[in-house]
Amino acid sequence: MLRVLSGMGLEIEFPQEQTCCGQPAFNSGHAKEAEKVACHFLDVFGDGDEAIVCPSGSCVSMVKHYYAELFRNDSEKLSRVEKISSNIYEFSEFVFQHKEALSLNSAYKGRVTFHDSCHALRELGISSQPRELIKSLNGVELIEMEMADACCGFGGTFSIKYPEVSKSMLQEKTDSILDSGADAVVSTDMGCLMNIKGLVSRKKMPVKVLHLAELIAFEDTK
Amino acid sequence: MITERIDFKKNSVEALKSPKLKKALVNFTDRSRAFRRKAVNEVSEWEELRSEARRIKEDVINNLDSYLLELEKSVIRMGGNVHWAKDAEEASSIVVDIARENNVRNVVKSKSMATEEIELNRHLISNGINTVETDLGEYIVQLCDDHPFHIIAPAIHKTKEDISKLFSEKFGVPEYEEPEKLTEIARKKLREKFLSADMGVSGVNFAVAESGTIAIVENEGNARLATTVPDIHVAIMGIEKIVPKFEQLSIFLSLLARSATGQKSSTYVSLITGPRREGESDGPRQFHLVFLDNGRSDIARSEETKESLYCIRCGACINICPVYRQVGGHSYGWVYSGPIGAVITPQLNDLEKTADLPFASSLCGACRDVCPVKIDFPHVLLSLRQKVVEQGRKKPDPAGFMEKIAFRVWSFVFSKPFYYNLTGKMMVFLQYFYQRDNELRGLPYPFSKWTKEKNFPAFSKKPFRERWKEKYHGKNRTLLK
Repeated sequence: MLRVLSGMGLEIEFPQEQTCCGQPAFNSGHAKEAEKVACHFLDVFGDGDEAIVCPSGSCVSMVKHYYAELFRNDSEKLSRVEKISSNIYEFSEFVFQHKEALSLNSAYKGRVTFHDSCHALRELGISSQPRELIKSLNGVELIEMEMADACCGFGGTFSIKYPEVSKSMLQEKTDSILDSGADAVVSTDMGCLMNIKGLVSRKKMPVKVLHLAELIAFEDTK
Repeated sequence: MITERIDFKKNSVEALKSPKLKKALVNFTDRSRAFRRKAVNEVSEWEELRSEARRIKEDVINNLDSYLLELEKSVIRMGGNVHWAKDAEEASSIVVDIARENNVRNVVKSKSMATEEIELNRHLISNGINTVETDLGEYIVQLCDDHPFHIIAPAIHKTKEDISKLFSEKFGVPEYEEPEKLTEIARKKLREKFLSADMGVSGVNFAVAESGTIAIVENEGNARLATTVPDIHVAIMGIEKIVPKFEQLSIFLSLLARSATGQKSSTYVSLITGPRREGESDGPRQFHLVFLDNGRSDIARSEETKESLYCIRCGACINICPVYRQVGGHSYGWVYSGPIGAVITPQLNDLEKTADLPFASSLCGACRDVCPVKIDFPHVLLSLRQKVVEQGRKKPDPAGFMEKIAFRVWSFVFSKPFYYNLTGKMMVFLQYFYQRDNELRGLPYPFSKWTKEKNFPAFSKKPFRERWKEKYHGKNRTLLK
């Protein structure tokens, strides 16, 4: 991600104090615990004017849509949330907005299929941006799998609470990926990628699992 | 009412074992999704219809008391009777009493989730009243002494071979293969029931407050027969089913048919306003409408979750749900399944016994996108999850207690960068025994639930932030290039 963004000529900072947006606790019903971590997020990111770019749509959605709920009784925090919400971007959304600055040429050659992360797609409305970026890469062909927009079964603690159901969903997803004939699956959410890769490498499936940034910044290792 | 705790995990693991069930679910959900998509794409103003329907429902739920009084008045004006039932028990008693007062021996029923909710069949039958379901799917479910698998397609878990065997056992007919033949047998059996029934019981899809009209939507014609042939018609409606104006019905009828089955309109739409009038030659002589609360007015008062009551029971959320697609209807343990079940079952029952359900979702949000009244399912589920956790704080169970401790620790570590970094370093040390090719396997409980089937990425020996610090001289704000 760093290589892609710096390749676009952007100044980048990485606040060392950052940890998490609080979503794991919030989605599990532990609002108080989530609030504590979300406060920390606001302290780290809340005051700048810079764009905040995140490799997962899920985290962006948490900040944009659910912080307002988490801090609904705190007007001071709410105004910071409002500001931060207008500054935070999911990676593909941000890169697509500035695509003319994109100078990297991916060394990747082959056919890839794209998995829509639920939160990027349904909470942020991101669908065409990553696909357009993939299509713009030389030597990369995008093929759509069946039900690209179906959940991979991750769902945060859902995958620990109901691992059997989660696995069954994931199995359908990896079947679609393999059936598509692509040699890599690309997505824009670390949660989905961790989940999909978990099964792909356990079962030694002949497919790479890549974040969109990894695809764009792909280097020839040969 | 639910008497035992719903164990979603146990139920779903059981369901996942059946390849037959999985095949039925994939076939059914694939088909119904495709039908719905096609039907929705035909309507250019679909989004406007959804917004308008939601607005109407919002108004109904915000003013439920006055609309119910208006509906009651309209029904009485048209010669019908209205009964108010605060819970399931009371609703069933009302129906049983009507049957007794009129010496009813035989009841035919059309499909209704409200009657499933109050277990009406059990009550009627235990009072010596023959009660027969007349929707083909419900009839099959009743013959098997089973429960509906889906709110609009109750018997999708049964193959035609199952039904062939069932009919042969129950009716002494040969094991026919052809669905047409099986339907014909059921039709003949049911026709006798319709003709001998003294009372018909139906649900209500929509009830128009201003006119006292109830709308019943179906495809088999059984609801029309059940509500017109017998002398008494009893309709049971959840109190949220109101539509204020007659002209608003068309919006809901279109949304319902297209969302549920991908039809432009259902084969039958019956609009019933009161009983047979003076000078009319057919129709029931008595019309009774039962208002079923059963926890609904509590939901209406909850700002966070009241939109659960906007539901028009189309089943689109169920058909699109990736969780339902794996585990099917019975895993949800009660009348309603899929996302709407996960949302409404805990609110109509004891939260402690239904606490699994709000968590039985990956929060993917596909349900919200297809919902004809735009129920924000993830939002409602999250709100219910918080309620479950709050309740657990007062009265913790062992698993809930462990989870609470885990999130307390997590919350502490993740709000203090020092401890966050320290934990990362500890993980690098601890993972040594589980690591292979930069991935982890065989982790201890509770992470074993993950590593049983999947690998987990290893923590990097030199985390990104350290590489960043080294490369850019420990500066927090660094310019690249």
